[in-house]
Amino acid sequence: MSKRIHRYAAPEAQVERGRLRSDLERIANWVEPGSRVLDLGCGDGSLLAYLRDHKDVDGVGVEVDDERVIASVRQGVHVIQQNLEEGLALFDDQQFDIVILSQTLQAMLHTEHILSEMARVAKYGIVSFPNFGYWPHGFSILRGRMPVTGQMPYQWYDTPNIHLCTLRDFENLAASMNLRITHRVAFNGAREIGFLPGWRSTLAAYRFASPHGVR
Amino acid sequence: MNQPDAPSSSCVAIAAQSAPTASVGDASGSVGVVQPSFITFNNPLPLTSGQVLPSYELAVETYGTLNEQRSNAVLVCHALNASHHVAGVYEGQAKSEGWWDNMVGPGKALDTDRFFVIGVNNLGSCFGSTGPASLRPGTERPWGADFPVVTVEDWVQAQARLADHFGIEKFAAVMGGSLGGMQAMCWAIDHPERVGHCIVVASTARLSAQNIAFNEVARRAIISDPDFHGGHYYEHGVVPRHGLSVARMIGHITYLSDDDMAVKFGRTQRAPAENGEFHYGYGVEFEVESYLRYQGEKFSTYFDANTYLLITRALDYFDPARRHGGDLARALQVAQAKFLLVSFTTDWRFPPVRSREIVQALLKNQRPVSYAEIDAPHGHDAFLLEDRRYHAVVQGYYDQIALDLGLPARQRVTGVLAS
Repeated sequence: MSKRIHRYAAPEAQVERGRLRSDLERIANWVEPGSRVLDLGCGDGSLLAYLRDHKDVDGVGVEVDDERVIASVRQGVHVIQQNLEEGLALFDDQQFDIVILSQTLQAMLHTEHILSEMARVAKYGIVSFPNFGYWPHGFSILRGRMPVTGQMPYQWYDTPNIHLCTLRDFENLAASMNLRITHRVAFNGAREIGFLPGWRSTLAAYRFASPHGVR
Repeated sequence: MNQPDAPSSSCVAIAAQSAPTASVGDASGSVGVVQPSFITFNNPLPLTSGQVLPSYELAVETYGTLNEQRSNAVLVCHALNASHHVAGVYEGQAKSEGWWDNMVGPGKALDTDRFFVIGVNNLGSCFGSTGPASLRPGTERPWGADFPVVTVEDWVQAQARLADHFGIEKFAAVMGGSLGGMQAMCWAIDHPERVGHCIVVASTARLSAQNIAFNEVARRAIISDPDFHGGHYYEHGVVPRHGLSVARMIGHITYLSDDDMAVKFGRTQRAPAENGEFHYGYGVEFEVESYLRYQGEKFSTYFDANTYLLITRALDYFDPARRHGGDLARALQVAQAKFLLVSFTTDWRFPPVRSREIVQALLKNQRPVSYAEIDAPHGHDAFLLEDRRYHAVVQGYYDQIALDLGLPARQRVTGVLAS
């Protein structure tokens, strides 16, 4: 399994070999041209820069890390430095068309709170997270070890991922919060997984409609 | 606001008219030797208070070159005790660096290789622009206490005329820290079409009751000094040195963080008695007392007491939301600029929450805004210091402005971000 780690980008890197990471590119397809986008945990701002350059999107990012804020500013991306755990009080109800939380949900302390905040500030939300249901994870647990894979390259004691879930887990939570899922895509590395994604994918992304948004 | 010493063209004395010049910068990123120029305006200036300033002079320094399209101009607004001397040094004067010399220069965050930077001393100040110590027109006496109260809006109005003087229709950016940030914000509200970017550092959209309280204590210290003479102390050949010194001590405390003071001074005794004992008296016992007294006394030798009153009042009065029922978003609705805000976590004078209020109002209006909250230990003073992250944010932002305006690419990196 250790070999696999190197096949994937670290979750932080938004750009691989000059191209936007494939899951982000896929997420970008769900964004309507000209829409107003909020990117939570925007990293170095590459997704927002891509959306600006390819989709004429007017975006704002939120990022807590100093160096990533600087990187975002350098890309000409509008970025607000803030810890997401503090909520989205800076943003008005339904201020955005779409809000993105890419590979961050699993590291949030208040999972439900951030999802409900996303539904409050935007008509649509996009979340992506590593799929804990990926079959080698089960295999690893059967062997008595916590899984360590490309999307989750951490040991149990130093992982930032405190709220891991499977695809079905997320879908249940979304249903309980009245978040209507409109799209789903699952990946294994750069490849999209259509068949048995709950087992075969390492990363899942969902697009949902806010119950507060206009249908 | 704990800015370096004032430029030597001190309070009343005004140097001869001279064109703004700057020698070619060196590798250190200094704009080199600079000279102020003094520009006279004979067009009366109507003030917020209803009074009119019949004529006035503004002390100005410029760095870099205004391009043909006049699109690369940046106005840098100063805070309480600074001046038009933003960057560079004065000929033959040691330690005469401008108050934001670490920010402004060839290759620095605000890069004078590409931007034309204007520093202006505000009306009512005491470093060369018309103020209480200037002679009142038609009399042989200084204005003294009769100098009209001026507001941030009045300063901005005067600055707008200065922009006209240079033929600048629109600034690439207006930038300032603390009270200077208020002027930048005011520019975006009062002259929305003339500001491309508004850069507001360690500032606030209005003073809190606590901020006003500190200002009031400072003013009372000055006004109750027997040498104040109702503000007409010039005629008595004295200055309210003690009051001004105490005012500065109070202000200074608010510029530093508790942690910063603990590190700098702790409870270190200045000159302990035998065996490290206390003196059990009221002289200087602790280092922090010695430091504050020194700062206060030094300040009282070069700053004008009437100016201190006037500027703290301008701070108190600034509140653009006031005319909009306290709604800052509505006050900022007219703004067309893009914004960068920066705050510092240990600044308890204008803490991050004050900047976040501005960010929130701008977001509400769907104004483009970036906001950096720098975790720096130096309190309010951090905006004048050399935090790398802070300078990198400002540098990155200006480089984007240059890109948008089609200005040349950065040729060098000097100063805080060099190496």
